[in-house]
Amino acid sequence: MDFQLPPYDLKMMLPEIFLFLWALVVFTFDLLTNRKKETAIGYLTLVGILITGVLLAFTGYGRGFGNMFFNDPMARFFKIIFLGAAFMAVGSSFGILKQRIRNHRGEYFGLILLSTVGMMFLASSQELLSLYIGLELTTIPLFVLAAFYKDDKLSVEAGIKYFIVGAFSSALLLYGISFLYGMSGTTDIVQMKINLAITHLTFTNIGMTLVIAVVTMLAGIGYKLGLPPFHQWVPDVYEGSPTPVAAFLSIGSKAAGLVAFAKIFVNGLSAFHGPEMLPNDWGQLVALMAILAMVLGNTVAIWQTNIKRMLGYSSIAQAGYIMIGMVTMNVYGLSSVAFYMFAYMFANMGAFAIVTVFEDKTGSTQIASYRGLSKSAPGLSLTLAIFLLSLAGIPPLAGFLAKYYVFAAAVEKANSADSASWLYWLVGVGLITTVFSLYYYANIIKQMYFSREDSPYKIPVSAPAMMVIAICLIGVILFGVWPEPILQFAGDIPASFGFIAR
Amino acid sequence: MDFPILSSLVFFPIIGMVAVMLLPKNAFGAIRWTAVGFSLPPLVISAWLVFDYFVNFAAMGTMAYMEGPFDWIPSLNVQYLMGADGISVPMLALTGLLSTISLIASFGIKERVKEYFAFFLLLEAGMMGVFCALDFFLFYVFWEIMLVPMYFLIGIWGGPRKEYAAIKFFLYTLFGSIFMLVAILVMYFTSEPHSLNMLTLIDHGPTLSHTLQIVCFSFFFVAFAIKVPVWPFHTWLPVAHVVAPTAVSVILAGVLLKMGTYAMLRVNWPMFPEALRTLGFWIAILGVIGIIYGALVSLAQKDLKKLVAYSSVSHMGYCMLALGAFSSVTAIAGCMFQMVSHGLITGALFLLVGVLYDRAHTREIAAFGGLGSKLPIYTGIMVFFSMAALGLPGMSGFVSEFMIFVGAFGALNKVLVGISIIGVVLGAAYMLRMVQHIFLGEFNLARWGDLTDINARELVTVVPLIILTLVIGIYPKPLANLMNGTLEHLVGLMSR
Repeated sequence: MDFQLPPYDLKMMLPEIFLFLWALVVFTFDLLTNRKKETAIGYLTLVGILITGVLLAFTGYGRGFGNMFFNDPMARFFKIIFLGAAFMAVGSSFGILKQRIRNHRGEYFGLILLSTVGMMFLASSQELLSLYIGLELTTIPLFVLAAFYKDDKLSVEAGIKYFIVGAFSSALLLYGISFLYGMSGTTDIVQMKINLAITHLTFTNIGMTLVIAVVTMLAGIGYKLGLPPFHQWVPDVYEGSPTPVAAFLSIGSKAAGLVAFAKIFVNGLSAFHGPEMLPNDWGQLVALMAILAMVLGNTVAIWQTNIKRMLGYSSIAQAGYIMIGMVTMNVYGLSSVAFYMFAYMFANMGAFAIVTVFEDKTGSTQIASYRGLSKSAPGLSLTLAIFLLSLAGIPPLAGFLAKYYVFAAAVEKANSADSASWLYWLVGVGLITTVFSLYYYANIIKQMYFSREDSPYKIPVSAPAMMVIAICLIGVILFGVWPEPILQFAGDIPASFGFIAR
Repeated sequence: MDFPILSSLVFFPIIGMVAVMLLPKNAFGAIRWTAVGFSLPPLVISAWLVFDYFVNFAAMGTMAYMEGPFDWIPSLNVQYLMGADGISVPMLALTGLLSTISLIASFGIKERVKEYFAFFLLLEAGMMGVFCALDFFLFYVFWEIMLVPMYFLIGIWGGPRKEYAAIKFFLYTLFGSIFMLVAILVMYFTSEPHSLNMLTLIDHGPTLSHTLQIVCFSFFFVAFAIKVPVWPFHTWLPVAHVVAPTAVSVILAGVLLKMGTYAMLRVNWPMFPEALRTLGFWIAILGVIGIIYGALVSLAQKDLKKLVAYSSVSHMGYCMLALGAFSSVTAIAGCMFQMVSHGLITGALFLLVGVLYDRAHTREIAAFGGLGSKLPIYTGIMVFFSMAALGLPGMSGFVSEFMIFVGAFGALNKVLVGISIIGVVLGAAYMLRMVQHIFLGEFNLARWGDLTDINARELVTVVPLIILTLVIGIYPKPLANLMNGTLEHLVGLMSR
């Protein structure tokens, strides 16, 4: 048999290739200028991300490298989120650029870009091994970034912790993938779906092996997403890492985990998701993790005194809401996940950007130090309040529509069949914990607004940080009031997973 | 395209909010008058709506001034749809009137003036929106939007324990809203084709199974009952009222509570007639408990504002009793009358409590005595509204209570209605006790010697309320005719 090299369409991969090269440019630029250029390197990084975005817009849908590299609506939607998260993380890093990372600016920005490249590969890969490599390329730079304040104990602790947990979870994921390969004889996700079904029908006893595969992969991805019981690293890493890195983690890394989950479970193992409680059904297991995430994240966040830890627990809870959309497995499910992530990006990156500028000025991440801020920094306080209300899901902000969409997806599914009515419980827990979540988000608003004393801090905001905050503010309001274009875009995603498009 | 009348009610305050935010922080005069200025167009328009609806649509009770449906979020079938009928128009006018009055009454606010008026205008926009929205999503957005300014208004400008009161209000109401959200989603996905249009869903509701009707009805009911507040969901109300600044209390009692009963009439009652027949009696019982409980608790209050707050629980109980007697047009009309009249009377009472508190810095009933000799005008007005609140004939409170009793007596268990009439006696007791303690008796010259009487600005805020209370009390027919067509239509839907 003649072996034919599959057509590799490099054009499909243009944005990724460009971004990778640009990361090298950033590294080199820093060395060539003897690490003297302060802000130029930051702007250079921002420009690179923008050009990648333009290239992405011109790269049409299609596939390359056989069936390994897909540019479908899902890949493109999530690539926009990755680039957006990277852009905003870089934009809000200008404060620490001048102070805390003086000697390693090139590495800092270059690693953010490399991690973004990994996420983009992940979003496009349609095959388990390249997916795994994409995930590794995403997380390895993040280990370094988390520990970037070398002389700060907490940051080093965060880096080590994240590294150990991350390495362990990757191993678990790989272990699960090896089982899938063993059962299906392929790493191509679409082919695997077919082969697994055939194997399942032919040999009745693959159930147990499949359970092992599902559980180990769920643990692996669960770590990345910070879903309980695999969430313990989240608050520590968020607290210790440089704040823009924590922001990037909370959006970029989470979105990458979601893509991996969607590809392996929602697509590859879709046959093994039933409303009936089968031993190899992963839906209810994930639902249980989502419930734990919402309950635990939202209740523990109430007790936090450090705003970064609080946002860490809030991100655990938000992951829980997103997983509701994942387990619904209907036409709304994946669209709602994508839209949720999109809306969450603006609110969370915006909140983190403000936490960053506050920390740059005051050195504090304590919630109590925000007391009276609305008098000394009224604009910033109002903006932070809007981001927090969006995270809590108050209309007409984007966060509300995101929650509405996710819950709508679940109610649609629960309503469609009696056997899926357990989803009502998921919705119920989600809604009640939303009320809990309002308490801790409002607590920060309370500190800023309700105190009669004045805050001693005047907060200067650098131009790039201002830009990031403005983009997030516009995003949170605009996509709350006029979300239709994004919803249309997100509505195309389920089709590429075999769900009938609307 | 015609002038979007109803949207203008919502968007004038929003434009006003932006205008206020653009003004310099210390230009207090400009901020105040801009805010009042932007609340005037909605007031004029809503007053014109009452007149126009009365002339053109009242007899049929049709839904008028429709705007839309325009596609807003087509992916989720969300539309922009506004409309008003005989139950929304009086509420819109009440909102317009009380908003302007409260803004004028807020001129005494000295702290963070700009933010205060900006939040207040946002609040007005949300309230107007709730009374016009005919799309569930839109309705929910307006319903929730209002919580945010309210949270800030209580939390920043409130009295002691303001943080607690603000978050309690916010969480309590949001807790109710999530039930509404589930019910909305269930209604949406069970309808075919999927729709969020309230008018379509009113036809869809009765086709649901009995269980599902009961569930949806209860979920909507919890959301609305928290707002009313129906006993036993009332605990946020006294807390919020006691700390809220005067003008916010006026809006809270005058408009926000009515949103609950309005929403029941607009959504719950016509949409699930079968559930209503099953549960109506129990709702009436909750109403009667509210009447008696609120009155008894009022009787024991030492704080003047808390007394008025608990009297609201009692008065809104009459509305619930009337809503329990859903088969009688008279009772439902009485409910609407009670909503309007309670808005006027309790709004005025809160304003007057604020007037006294601004001067005396205490609201403890026992601290006063014999104020009648020192503050004759104030005393006169306060006694007038106390009489109105206890239901003296010739004022609007009497008309509404009378209609509710007449309607409910025919439609409900007569013993139950009989028990509720005790509430009238108790109402007289707590109001007269308050009047006696504050205005009659010995005057403490040493302590209250330099109290001044009500000033012109404060008079401007209460005089319109006096006039309307009297007009509705003496000649209720125009208001009854305004609503009658719509109410007959609604009662028809409820008895399907």
